[in-house]
Parts: sequence; C-alpha cells; structure tokens
Amino acid sequence: MSNVDTMPATDTHRLDLPAAADSASHLRRIAARLPHYLLLSVIAVLTVYPFWWTLVTALSTSGDVYSFPPPLWPTKPGLDNFIEVFRTIDLVSYYKNSILISLATVVGTIVICSLAAYPLARMQFPGRKFVFGAIIATMILPAEVNFLVNFITISKLHLNDTVSGVVLPNLAGAVGIFLMKQAFEAVPQDLIDAARVDGANEWEIFWKIMLPLAKPAISALTILTMVTAWNQYIWPSVVMTSPEKFPLSVGVLYLAGSFSFKTRVVAAGAVLTVLPILAVFIFTQRYFLRGFDGAVK
Amino acid sequence: MASRRNTALTAYLFLAPAIVLLLVFSFWPVGFGSYIAFTKYNVIDRPEWVGLANFRDLLSDDLFLSSLKNSALYLLVVPAIQVIALFLAVLVNNKLPGIKFFRAAYYLPVVTTVSVVGVIWNFMYTDDGALNAVLRWLHLISEPIGFLTDDRIAIFSVMFITIWRGIGWYMVLYLAGLQGISQDIYEAAMLDGANAWQRFWRITVPMLAPTILLCSVMSVLAAVKAFEEVQVMTQGGPAQSTYTALYYAYDFGITQLDLGHALAASLIASGFCVVLAWLNFRYLQPRQS
Repeated sequence: MSNVDTMPATDTHRLDLPAAADSASHLRRIAARLPHYLLLSVIAVLTVYPFWWTLVTALSTSGDVYSFPPPLWPTKPGLDNFIEVFRTIDLVSYYKNSILISLATVVGTIVICSLAAYPLARMQFPGRKFVFGAIIATMILPAEVNFLVNFITISKLHLNDTVSGVVLPNLAGAVGIFLMKQAFEAVPQDLIDAARVDGANEWEIFWKIMLPLAKPAISALTILTMVTAWNQYIWPSVVMTSPEKFPLSVGVLYLAGSFSFKTRVVAAGAVLTVLPILAVFIFTQRYFLRGFDGAVK
Repeated sequence: MASRRNTALTAYLFLAPAIVLLLVFSFWPVGFGSYIAFTKYNVIDRPEWVGLANFRDLLSDDLFLSSLKNSALYLLVVPAIQVIALFLAVLVNNKLPGIKFFRAAYYLPVVTTVSVVGVIWNFMYTDDGALNAVLRWLHLISEPIGFLTDDRIAIFSVMFITIWRGIGWYMVLYLAGLQGISQDIYEAAMLDGANAWQRFWRITVPMLAPTILLCSVMSVLAAVKAFEEVQVMTQGGPAQSTYTALYYAYDFGITQLDLGHALAASLIASGFCVVLAWLNFRYLQPRQS
C-alpha cells in the first residue's frame, strides 16, 4: 500500500493553482496514481462487466451469444430483443405492479415512521424508553425468518395476492423511525415553544413545523425505501400467486425460467428491470454513499 | 395530571400504527413461530402439538444436516467480504479525480435486485460464459468448470455471489468509519516515521474497531440466513448440494406448506445466529484502555 492510499488530504491545496499550471500538475498527479487507478479499475471490471455483458447481449441482434472473447460492444445494435420482451411477457403490468408496490411502500413508510418518531423525539410520556427499545430490538430479531409466519398471517388476513399483503409488513421499520427521530430531534426547541404559545397542538406542531423541517430526512428515507421496495424479491414472490400481479423483480425470473433458450431476450428483460432503479441510483448516489459526504464537502 | 395523561394519550396515538404493525409482523412471528415449531401445521388445519418431533426429524434428515453444513461453510464469506470491503474503502477514501465513479461502480451490485443478479450470473457461469472464457484464455483450465452444475463447486459459486453483492454495502460502512478518523493522527504518525503498513495496523484498524464489530455481526447473521441467492440461482441443486438452512426452511414452509418442520429448522438457524452474534461481541468488542 502506498502513501497516497491513506494520505488523501495532503495534496488537495494544489488544486488552488492557476488553471494553466494546474492542468500540467494535474496530469502528473494522475500519472503518479496510475497503479492505484489500475487496481481500482480491475475491481470495477469485476463489479460492472457482468452488467455490461448483459447490456451488450441485449442490444446485439446477431452473432453467437457466447462468443470468444466475451463481447465488449454490441454487434448490429438494435432494440429487437427489447420489443420481443414486451411481446413475450406482460412487462407493462410488471412495471405497473412494481411502481404501485414501491409507491405504496414509500408513502406508508414515511407516514408511519414519522408519526411514530415524533413522540419518541419530542414528547415526555411513560413507556417512551421501553417503546423505543422495543423498536430497536426488532433490528436484532431474525427478520429473515419472519417471512414464514408473516406468510401465515397474510393468508389468515386474506391478503394473499394483494399489494397490501406485500407492503404492510415492510412499513414500520426501525431504520425509518430512527432516521426520522434524529431529524425531529434536530429541530430547535424555540420553534416548538413559540408555536405552543400561539396555541398550536401536537398535531399542528408535527404537521406544520416538524415535517417541513425534516425534508432532507424524508427524501433520504423515500429513496432508500423506494430502492428496497423495488428490489425485494422473495416476499412478493411468496405473496403474489397470479403472474399478472408480479412485480418486475419476480416477473424477470418468470421470463428467465420460461424462455431461457432466448438468452438475448432474457438479457433485455434483465436490463429493463434494473434500468429504472439504476437511473434513480445514479442521480441520488449521495444518499447511498453518504459515508463520505461530510469529508468531500 | 390530566394534561400529562393527555400527553401520553397523544403520544400513543402517534405511535399506534407503528406499534400495531411491529406487533403483528415483527414480534408475533417470533412467538407464534416458536410455538409452530413444536406442531404440525399446514396453514389450513389447526396446529397439532407434536412436541420435539420436528426437531428429531430434522436431526435425522440428511438434507437438513447438509443444509446446516452449507450454512456453516457460508461463514467463509464473512472474512472474505470484510477484508475486501475494508481494502476497497481504504482505496476509495480519497479525493482523486473520478473516485466517485469507482465508488458507484462498486455499489452497483448492492442496488440490483437479487433476481437480476441471478439471471446475470447464470450468464456468467455457464460453460461458454465469460468466466470460463477468461479462465481458458489465461490457460488456467482446459475444460469448462460447471460453476452451477458441479455439485462440489455450486455452493462456492453461490457464495461468491453473496460476496459480489455485499462488498459495496460494507465498503460504504467502512468508508464512513474511515472518515471519522482525524488526519492529524496519520500526520503525527508519519512524522514519527510510521510507514503505510504500520499506519494501517496501528491506527486504521484499532480506530475502526466499532465499525469492524458492527460489520462482522451483520455479515455473520447475513451468512447464516443466506438463501435468496440459492433460490434465484440453483433452487438447492445440483443434487441438493446448495441447500442452506434457510433455503431448507423456505422450501419446506412455502413450497411444501410443512410449516412446523420449516419453523423448527429456522429456529435452529436463529439459535446459531444468536450464538455467533454473541461470539462476535465477545471477541471483537473494542477493549477499553
């Protein structure tokens, strides 16, 4: 490991140099980091190439699917395979179902988590510590095992094959409540006191002061929840029994299972499934990679 | 007094929807699930108490024992994923031009649904797929490796997917930890002549101890509970060689509706989770000094 790996902050002042001198030193700086970049690139190939291969395969309209060397660029690029996906499966319904499930999960999560977080953050009442402790405890409960009993519960509530059945178990999450609680705790007490003097009740304080001031936390929770809801696979595949109600994540496997001989079409289906969420990810990276926000800005 | 009672009432009104949902979908499963583990139950008929019969059946079922063995084998994922993620975090913890691109590239698998991951890696793993092509081109193999068709190899291929999907997630957690370490400490160590290796072991690792503990616990629990990858890639095959404890529970519970059997299996897996989490806390807890 070279010095540069662990000592990032020492050379940033060079960026302040005038533009002309800067570009030369800039190039030198990059050249000095070549081994570092090489290593970064090798790992990036491992994580990105499978996606790239799938995209190239979906866009190619002729030639062997499994050619050697593995393709870097599509041959005779076209959208035929994508059109074939729409003809083979009811992709429009899958999109609608995924959007519906994601939307319902996001709205429900924001409403339920912020409602629950407000008293935990700003009110004194008996049992507060206990309730918060119990909510946090759900994080260490073996949640992945819950789906077996939740499957029973959903059946008993006759919510099989419904969007509610998919969405309800995911709304009250410890992470969401924790995130909103922290946002509400950051609101200055003066604002609340002033509102109380003006005769506002708890609901008005929550609705008119807390929620507007918690917008950054709400957007973070919205994006994280949306991606999780869009990507969930096992639970919707357990709840939904009619193929026309499948979300994309489940429908794409239906395509892969039934038409596995049409590799290009399956690849196109995979691309169509991840495209919306990758677009969301690319524009909202900082919410996911927030680990470095503070240091970079 | 009346106003205090009012406050409490208001507070619990705000909390009510979350409390109801958590009781039904998070706490009830633990209690009811533990009860069902001692019964015979198929969702339609009433549960019938059978005592320890499910557990006895499990322990004499070779498939369950090999599932447990695979889940234990799956723990190998933990050190691999943690070492790679920490290494990656150190590599991208700087402001080099383009570094954001690399961070996003490493995170890409994390935001991809597991079903598409399964589809994509089925492409990569086939006999004429990219992986075999590269290995052949490097003259490492002469015959294609049956990554998902050879019952000695398939479980490792599935474990690799877990690593591939997970490193970005842990990288971000380690990155957050790294950025909490003051640069002054590194500069002081450099003045004292510490090299990069020494700085990593004497400063980075000890200062990251809380993050390392958190990530290890998360990744141990995830390893014991892994089964989505199995479901989308091999459905337990070939020759039932890729059953993990939870895939076994899923298979019996959801596919065969033998919920007593399935919940007994998942209770055993949960027991292992508790023990392993405790061991993590016991041995990775940062020492107070």
